[in-house]
Amino acid sequence: MASLDRVKVLVLGDSGVGKSSLVHLLCQNQVLGNPSWTVGCSVDVRVHDYKEGTPEEKTYYIELWDVGGSVGSASSVKSTRAVFYHSVNGIILVHDLTNKKSSQNLYRWTLEALNKDSSPTGVIVTNGDYDREQFAENPVPLLMIGTKFDQIPENKRNEVLTRTAFLSEDFNAEEINLDCTNPRYLAAGSSNAVKLSRFFDKVKWYHFPVNIITGFTDRKRFNFKSLHYD
Amino acid sequence: MTEAVTSLFFFSVEPKLISLLLSPCLHPCPVTVTMSFVVDSVIMFTSQVFFFGFGWLFFMRQLFKDYEVRQYVVQVVFSVTFAFSCTMFELIIFEILGALSSSSRYFHWKLNLYVILLVLIFVVPFYIGYFVVSNIRLLQRQKLLFACVVWFTFMYFFWKLGDPFPILSPKHGILSIEQLISRVGVIGVTLMALLSGFGAVNCPYTYMSYFLRNVTDSDILALERRLLQTMDMIVSKKKRIAMTRRQMYQRGEDQSKQTGFWGMIKSVTSSPPGSENLSLIQQEVDALEELSRQLFLETVDLQATKERIEYSKTFQGKYFNFLGYFFSIYCVWKIFMATINIVFDRVGKTDPVTRGIEITVNYLGIQFDVKFWSQHISFILVGIIIVTSIRGLLITLTKFFYAISSSKSSNVIVLVLAQIMGMYFVSSVLLMRMSMPLEYRTIVTQVLGELQFNFYHRWFDVIFLVSALSSILFLYLAHKQAPEKHMTM
Repeated sequence: MASLDRVKVLVLGDSGVGKSSLVHLLCQNQVLGNPSWTVGCSVDVRVHDYKEGTPEEKTYYIELWDVGGSVGSASSVKSTRAVFYHSVNGIILVHDLTNKKSSQNLYRWTLEALNKDSSPTGVIVTNGDYDREQFAENPVPLLMIGTKFDQIPENKRNEVLTRTAFLSEDFNAEEINLDCTNPRYLAAGSSNAVKLSRFFDKVKWYHFPVNIITGFTDRKRFNFKSLHYD
Repeated sequence: MTEAVTSLFFFSVEPKLISLLLSPCLHPCPVTVTMSFVVDSVIMFTSQVFFFGFGWLFFMRQLFKDYEVRQYVVQVVFSVTFAFSCTMFELIIFEILGALSSSSRYFHWKLNLYVILLVLIFVVPFYIGYFVVSNIRLLQRQKLLFACVVWFTFMYFFWKLGDPFPILSPKHGILSIEQLISRVGVIGVTLMALLSGFGAVNCPYTYMSYFLRNVTDSDILALERRLLQTMDMIVSKKKRIAMTRRQMYQRGEDQSKQTGFWGMIKSVTSSPPGSENLSLIQQEVDALEELSRQLFLETVDLQATKERIEYSKTFQGKYFNFLGYFFSIYCVWKIFMATINIVFDRVGKTDPVTRGIEITVNYLGIQFDVKFWSQHISFILVGIIIVTSIRGLLITLTKFFYAISSSKSSNVIVLVLAQIMGMYFVSSVLLMRMSMPLEYRTIVTQVLGELQFNFYHRWFDVIFLVSALSSILFLYLAHKQAPEKHMTM
C-alpha cells in the first residue's frame, strides 16, 4: 500500500454526540461498551470493498479520524487540532438528533476543517461566514449522520427529520439517521448501508492535487472519474 | 471594571430617589406606614423580577449556549436562587443607605432568608437527586422514591455537619433557623476560603510574565511532527489488525466464537498464531494511543503558552504584568495576616472603614464629617465587594461548567452550581458583617440570629491559609515538572 493510496476521512461533531461509538460501529461492527471522552484524536480503520459485487471489486482501507472537542474550544486547542485536518479525502459530520445546537454547529465545524485544507485549490473562506455557493463548488465529499435516533419522542419525529433533510441539502450531502447502540441500522442491504458504501466509494476517488509533477496522472484520473460519478 | 462602575451607579441613584420621594411620609401615621410598606414591597418585588430576568438570560446565553434546554425547571430554579441571593445583597445596600423603612427592611430580610433556605435545603438537593436518578437507567421506574431517598441522605449528612463545630449555643431549639443557617454558613465559608486562597495565589502566577516558559515555533512544530508520526504508526498497526482479522474470519477461525467449556480448553492448548500476534499488536496500539493523547495535551499546552507570550508583549499584557506584581504583594500580606490571626487568636474588632477614618483623623489631622463619609465609603466598599464577588463567581462557574459538563450531566451540574452559588452568597453576607461599621451590623445580627460570628472568621482564616499554601505547593510542582517533560524529548 503506497502512501499515496491513503484514504483519510474526518469524523467531526460536537462532544457527546456519539462519534466514538459511531466509528467503533463502522470499523469493528460491534457496539462500543464504555464510551469515554476522546482526548485529541483517535483513529480507526475500516476495510471497504470498493464496487462490491462487481468484477472490479477491490479492497481498500479507509482511515476514520475521530477528532474530539467542541467548536467553542480555546484557540490553542483549535490550532493543535488543525494538525489533523491535512490532506483529507472526505468528512463525516455527526450531530445529535435530540440536540438542535449540535446540528447548527456543523457549519462551524466544516469551516474549521476546510480552512486548514492544504490543497492549492482549497476554499478561500470569507471572514468566517458560511457561504452556500462555496459548498456547491467544494468537491470534498460530505456525509451527515444523525445519532440517538431511538431517543426522539414519537410525536417529534417528523419535525426533526424534516429539519435534518434541509440541513443535508445545504451541505449537498447524503443523510443517515441511526442509533449507535444498535447495529441493525447498518445491516447489509439496508438503504443506510448502501448510502454508506456509496460515500466511501466517492471518498476513494476524491484526490486533492498533490503536486504538479507526480500528481499529473492523478489529476487526469480525478477529472475523468468525477465526471463519471456525478 | 466598567461594569462595576455602572452597577454602582445604578445602586446609588435608585434608592436615593426613592428615599427622597418617601421623606414626606416619614411621620408614624398607621395608614402611611402601611402605604410605605406596600411601596417598599413593590420596589423589592420589581428588583427581584429584574434579578430573576438577569439570571435567566445568563443561563441561556452563557451556560447553556451549546445545549438545548429541555427541562425548564432547571432554568427556573437557577434563576430563583440567583434572584434571592442578589436580593440579600441589595438589602445590605439599602441598610447602609437608610433607604426604605426599617420595619419593612426587617420583614423583607426575614422573608428572603426563609425563601433562600427553603430553596437551598429542600428544592435544589431534591432536584439534584431527581436528575441524577433519571440518568441511571436501572432506577427509571421509581424516580420519585429514589429522589426522596437521596434527599434524606443529604439531610442526614447536612445535620451531622454541625456536630464537630462549636457554632451553636445550647439554647437554640432543634428546628430553629439558626441551625440551618449555621450549617449553610460553614459550607459556604469553606468554599469561599478555598476559592479565595487559590485565587490569591493563581492570580499573580497567571498575570506575571516572569513565570512564562520560553517556547519557540520549532518546539511546537517538532511536537506536532511527533504527534502525526505516532498517529501514522497507530494507523498502520490497525490496518494489520484489520487484515489479520479479516483473513481469520474468512478462514472461519473467528476467535470470539470460542465460548463454553470446551472452547476454553481448546484455546488454552492450541491457539492459532494469528490471535497471539493480534493481542500483541493490540497492546502496542494501546500504548501508542496513550502516547498520542499525551503528545496532544503537551502541544495544546505549548500553543497556549505561545499565545500568552504574544499577549504579554502587548500593552494590555504589560498592564496585567504590573498588576500581577501588585497582587503578589497583596497575597503575601493576606497570608501573613491570616497566620497572625490564627497564632495570636485575634479577631479584628473594627472594620476597615472606621479604622481608615480613625487613622486619617488622628494621624493625618484631616477633619471631616465622620458620619457622612463613613456611610458613603462603606457603601462604596461593600458595593465593590458585592459586585466583584458576584462577577467572579459567575465567571468561575461558567468556566467550571464548560470544563466538566456533557449533554447527559448538564442539568445536574447546573443545579450543583446553583447550590454552590446560593451557599456562597449566604456566607458572603455572614462575613461581610465584619466589613461594615457597627451601626449597620445590627440588622445582620438581628436577622441571622445569635451565631458565633467569630468562629466563622477564624474558620475562614484557617481554610484560606491551607488553600493558599497548598496552591503554592501545587503550582510550584507543576511549574517545575513542565520543563523536564520537554527536556526528555
